[in-house]
Amino acid sequence: MKQYLLAVYSDEAAPMSDEQIQASFKAVDEFNGQLQASGNWVFAGGLHPIADATVVRAQGGKVVITDGPFAETKEQIGGFWVIQAQDLDAALELAAKGSEACGWPVEVRPFQDVPEA
Amino acid sequence: MPASTDGSAAERAELAFRESSGRAVATLARLFGDIDLAEEAVQEAFAVAVERWPRDGVPPNPGGWITTTARNKALDRLRRETSRLDKETEAHSLLAARGEPEPREAGEVRDDQLRLIFTCCHPALAPEARIALTLRLIAGLQTPEIARAFLVPEPTIAQRLVRAKKKIRDAGIPYRVPRAEELPDRLPFVLAVLYLVFNEGYAASAGDGLTRGELCAEAVRLCRLLAGLMPDEPEVAGLLALLLLTEARRAARTAPDGSLVLLADQDRSRWDRLMIAEGQRIVRECLRRNQPGPYQLQAAIAAVHSSAATSAETDWAQVLALYDQLLAIAPTPVVALNRAVAVAELDGPGAALPLVDELDLGEYHLFHATRAELLRRLGRLDEATAAYDAALARTANEAEREFLRSRRPSLFSGPSDRPASGPPGDC
Repeated sequence: MKQYLLAVYSDEAAPMSDEQIQASFKAVDEFNGQLQASGNWVFAGGLHPIADATVVRAQGGKVVITDGPFAETKEQIGGFWVIQAQDLDAALELAAKGSEACGWPVEVRPFQDVPEA
Repeated sequence: MPASTDGSAAERAELAFRESSGRAVATLARLFGDIDLAEEAVQEAFAVAVERWPRDGVPPNPGGWITTTARNKALDRLRRETSRLDKETEAHSLLAARGEPEPREAGEVRDDQLRLIFTCCHPALAPEARIALTLRLIAGLQTPEIARAFLVPEPTIAQRLVRAKKKIRDAGIPYRVPRAEELPDRLPFVLAVLYLVFNEGYAASAGDGLTRGELCAEAVRLCRLLAGLMPDEPEVAGLLALLLLTEARRAARTAPDGSLVLLADQDRSRWDRLMIAEGQRIVRECLRRNQPGPYQLQAAIAAVHSSAATSAETDWAQVLALYDQLLAIAPTPVVALNRAVAVAELDGPGAALPLVDELDLGEYHLFHATRAELLRRLGRLDEATAAYDAALARTANEAEREFLRSRRPSLFSGPSDRPASGPPGDC
């Protein structure tokens, strides 16, 4: 089994309506349940908006702390799943379900090493 | 060193290698689960073959010889690399269980090749990487050959291949034939690669030569292979028919001076009758199956053109009816543009021009070339000249540029007395 990060890219400037948010929470909950039942689940989480982000740069004992996200881009990571899957095709199939559930594009990134289960 | 090198034997060795290397890479990729290793081992086998075959003759079963030699090279390599010890053990047990990889069940070889084709054409790879991988691993072309064919520097192709193979390995792109329910999504990517390889050869996007025939021949060969591997897929047959019927016209498509000759002006005696017969036979089989798709319909259109003894005898009503069907299942502006050309032949340029003008194809040179031709036929020469200039600004192919310049009305000589014919998109 390989592990993959499924990163959700959302546009905070295009907020969803309350009904959309409720519907997406419900769909994501159901998807999480499916991941756990199928054994693909490793970890997942939703993130607070970039207004709450802080960047830390440390080099040679000197620490610089700045407010805000690392990159000022339109689309930011809004949440993620870490899954285990047989291969990329299996990961892409799950990513498609995740994208459908949360309503945003999902980037699939393989992990470098799979920790021993 | 051999005492003398027999040129024809060397050529035979190279041809035999190209014919079988794709099979060998596919089989080794399955045995070792590692495309790089498979490819390097087959390259090593090739090095042995080019040294031995011209001297000793091509073995009776070159494919089996290459697979066996490459397998042994791969095992040697694994023994040298202790970090791959687990793979070696795995490979040994696999080989022990299977015995010699040749001769094997035809079905198994078929599955190996299909698996690798679908891996090379995986949608998670960049489109240009899919093309390079398919030509390298399935068609057995060398990196410099691919670079020359696409007029791209060799290191660019080499880098594309390295990156694509790294992604296959690191992201875990599987070696497997998609399940039946996945095929409708995945097969079009494979067909698109073959179509693009052919197109790049047929209408080279830059450079002096109008066609780079080797790419066309490779695309036909790969499509024939795929049609043999997937005999029940009508769109694979449709693409093969389309490529054959188009390739059949290639010789007639350029004049001795290298300039472009339109379909209407081509010397039809120079069309390849055997290829046309095969293409038409496949189109008839597709019609009987009655599961139409975009490639089958394009092939049917090409078949109508190929059965007209002269341009004037073209059954344009049939062509238009097929374009109507094609537009219904593939509603793209390029299909609409080609349909408009058929409308011009049936109902005149005045009926076709409004259909062209509404298309959003401003960056496509054949859009401007088609408009230019229709405007010219309508006698609107200033507008035609501007449209020819717009087309010229959007193609780097010298033969096409020369053609467009020759059609562009001269400000001094008035209307051209050349016979009006279809735009270059239709040749």
